[in-house]
Amino acid sequence: MEVEETRLPGIGLRHDFVTAQGRRMGVITQRNGARHVVLYDQEDSDACAATIELTLEESEVLAELLGAPRITERFARLREQVAGLVTEGLPIAAGSPFARGTLGDTAIRTRTGASVVAVVRGDDVFVSPTPDFRFQPGDRLIVVGTRDGVHAAHALLTSH
Amino acid sequence: MNTARLLLELGAVLFALGTLGRLAGRIGLSPIPLYLLAGLAFGTGGLLPLDAPEGFFTTGSQVGVVLLLLALGVEYTADELITNLRRQAPIGVLDLLLNGFPGAVLAVMLGWGPIAALAMFGVTAVSSSGIVSKILTDLGRLGNRETPSVLSVLVLEDLAMAVYLPVLTALVAASTPGSAVTSVLIALGMLAVVLTIALRQGDAVTRFVGARSDEVMLLCVLGLALLVAGAAEAVHVSAAVGAFLLGIALSGEVADHIRSLLGPLRDVFAAVFFVFFGLSTDPAALPSVLLPAALLAVVGVATKVLTGWAAGRRAGVGSAGRLRAGVALVARGEFSIIIAGLVAASVTPAFAPTVAAYVLIMAVLGPLAPRLADPLVHHLARRDAKRRAADHRADGRSAGPGSKPPTGPPDTA
Repeated sequence: MEVEETRLPGIGLRHDFVTAQGRRMGVITQRNGARHVVLYDQEDSDACAATIELTLEESEVLAELLGAPRITERFARLREQVAGLVTEGLPIAAGSPFARGTLGDTAIRTRTGASVVAVVRGDDVFVSPTPDFRFQPGDRLIVVGTRDGVHAAHALLTSH
Repeated sequence: MNTARLLLELGAVLFALGTLGRLAGRIGLSPIPLYLLAGLAFGTGGLLPLDAPEGFFTTGSQVGVVLLLLALGVEYTADELITNLRRQAPIGVLDLLLNGFPGAVLAVMLGWGPIAALAMFGVTAVSSSGIVSKILTDLGRLGNRETPSVLSVLVLEDLAMAVYLPVLTALVAASTPGSAVTSVLIALGMLAVVLTIALRQGDAVTRFVGARSDEVMLLCVLGLALLVAGAAEAVHVSAAVGAFLLGIALSGEVADHIRSLLGPLRDVFAAVFFVFFGLSTDPAALPSVLLPAALLAVVGVATKVLTGWAAGRRAGVGSAGRLRAGVALVARGEFSIIIAGLVAASVTPAFAPTVAAYVLIMAVLGPLAPRLADPLVHHLARRDAKRRAADHRADGRSAGPGSKPPTGPPDTA
C-alpha cells in the first residue's frame, strides 16, 4: 500500500492512499494538531467527497477505535485459548459493600479460588493489584478462575 | 466632549463592522467588500461622515498592514518558500504576467502614467491569500488534489510581492529617474540582506523572541514587527515586506504559539485597514470608474481561471480540478488595497476609486465563483469519467473498482 505525502504550504501535510476497494482516502495534518479526514469522490478522483475536521482529542479517539484493542477483548481471547479457564469483568457497583474497601477485604482468592488479575478504572488499567489496593465505585475487576469460582466471586461482590 | 464623540463614533464603526461580518458569514461572502462599503459610507462624502476617530484609523490601518503580512509570513516556513520557488517558478511567472498586464494596460490607456501602471499591474495580479484560503476551507477542498497548486500560486505571489513592493515604494519616493534607479537598487539590496537573515538565521530570530507567557510573547512580537516594519519602510523596502520577512523568520514553537495569538488582533486591525481605505475614498467618484473596473474584473476572472488551469495541468490534475483551481484564485483583496494605499497619494485621483470598485467586485465574486462554476465542474468530471470508462473498455479491461489510473495525462506544461 503506497501512501502519498503532499505538502500543503501554509496549512500542513496531506497523506493519502487507495484502499483495496479502490477508494482513495487521506488525512490532512495541520500544524496546530487538528486533522481532516478526507474521502475522495469516486467519479472525480481529484475532488473530495467529504472532509471531516477532527480536533486533536477526536483524532486520538478515532485512532484508538481503529487500532488499540481493549483490555476486555484481550481477556475474551484468553478465555478461548485455555480450556476450563474463565475470565470475567466484574463491576463494583456504588451500593456494593466492597465499593470503598481494599482487595484484601474481599478475600476473593481465599473464598472463591478465583484471582483478580487487573482492575479497570475508566481509561486506566491497574495490573496485578496488591491486597491493599483500594477500590472505587465503578471499578471493573478482571477475575480469572474456574467457572464456579468466577460465579462465586460475582455473587460475593454483589451480595447485600 | 471630544472623548465621548471619539468613543461613540469609533464604537459605532467597529460594531457595524462586526454586524457586517456576521451578515457576510451567513451569506457565505467574504466580509472584506462589506468593510470597504462601510468605509465608503462613513468617510468623506459618504452617508455619515465620521471624522473623530480619524487618528485611530490612520494608525490602525498601518498596524493592520503589518499584522496582515506578519500573520501571512508566520504561516509559511522558509523551506516551503524555497521549495515552491524552485518547483513552480514558471507558474508564478505566468500568473503574474497574465494577470498583471490587463491592469497595466488599462492604466496606460487611461493615461495615468508609469507609476500608476506599475501599481495597477500589482493590483490585478495578486489574489487574496485570505479569501482563497477561506474558500478552500469552507468548501471542504483542502484535500483536493488541485489544492497544492492553488496554494503554490499564493506562495509565489507572496514572494513576488516581497520584491515588487520595495521597488514600487522606492519609485514612489524618488523624485528624478536617476534617484529612482538608485533607490530601487538600494531597496533590492536591503531586501536581499533581510531575506537571507530571515531564511538562514530564522532560529536566532525565534530565540530572540521566545517567551513563555502569552502577554510577553504578544508584546515582543508586535513590538518587533512594528520596529522591523518601520526600519524596512525607512530604507524603502516597504513596511509590509519587513513584517512578512519577520513572519517567515519566526519558526517552530514560537510560530505555532504566535499564530493563535495574532489571529484576533490581526482580524480587528485588518478590518480597520479596509475601512480606512474606504474612508479615504470618495464614493461620489465610484460611478465614473465602474465601467473600467467591471471590464478589468471580467478579464481578471478569465486570466485567473487560465492560471489555475495551467497550474492544475502541470500537477497532473483532471479538467474538473483545473477549473476548480482557476476559479478558486479569482478573489482579490488585501494585497490590491495595500498596493493602492502605497501609491494613491502620488497618482491621478481616479486611481483609488477604480481600485476600490475593482476590489469590491472581485472580493464579492471570489467566494461566489466556485459555486457558480460548480455545474461546469461536475460536467467536466463526468465527461472525464466517461472517457476513462471508454478507454478501459477499449483496452478490454473490466471497468470495476479495481486499480484507478491517474486522472488526466501527466503533462509537462
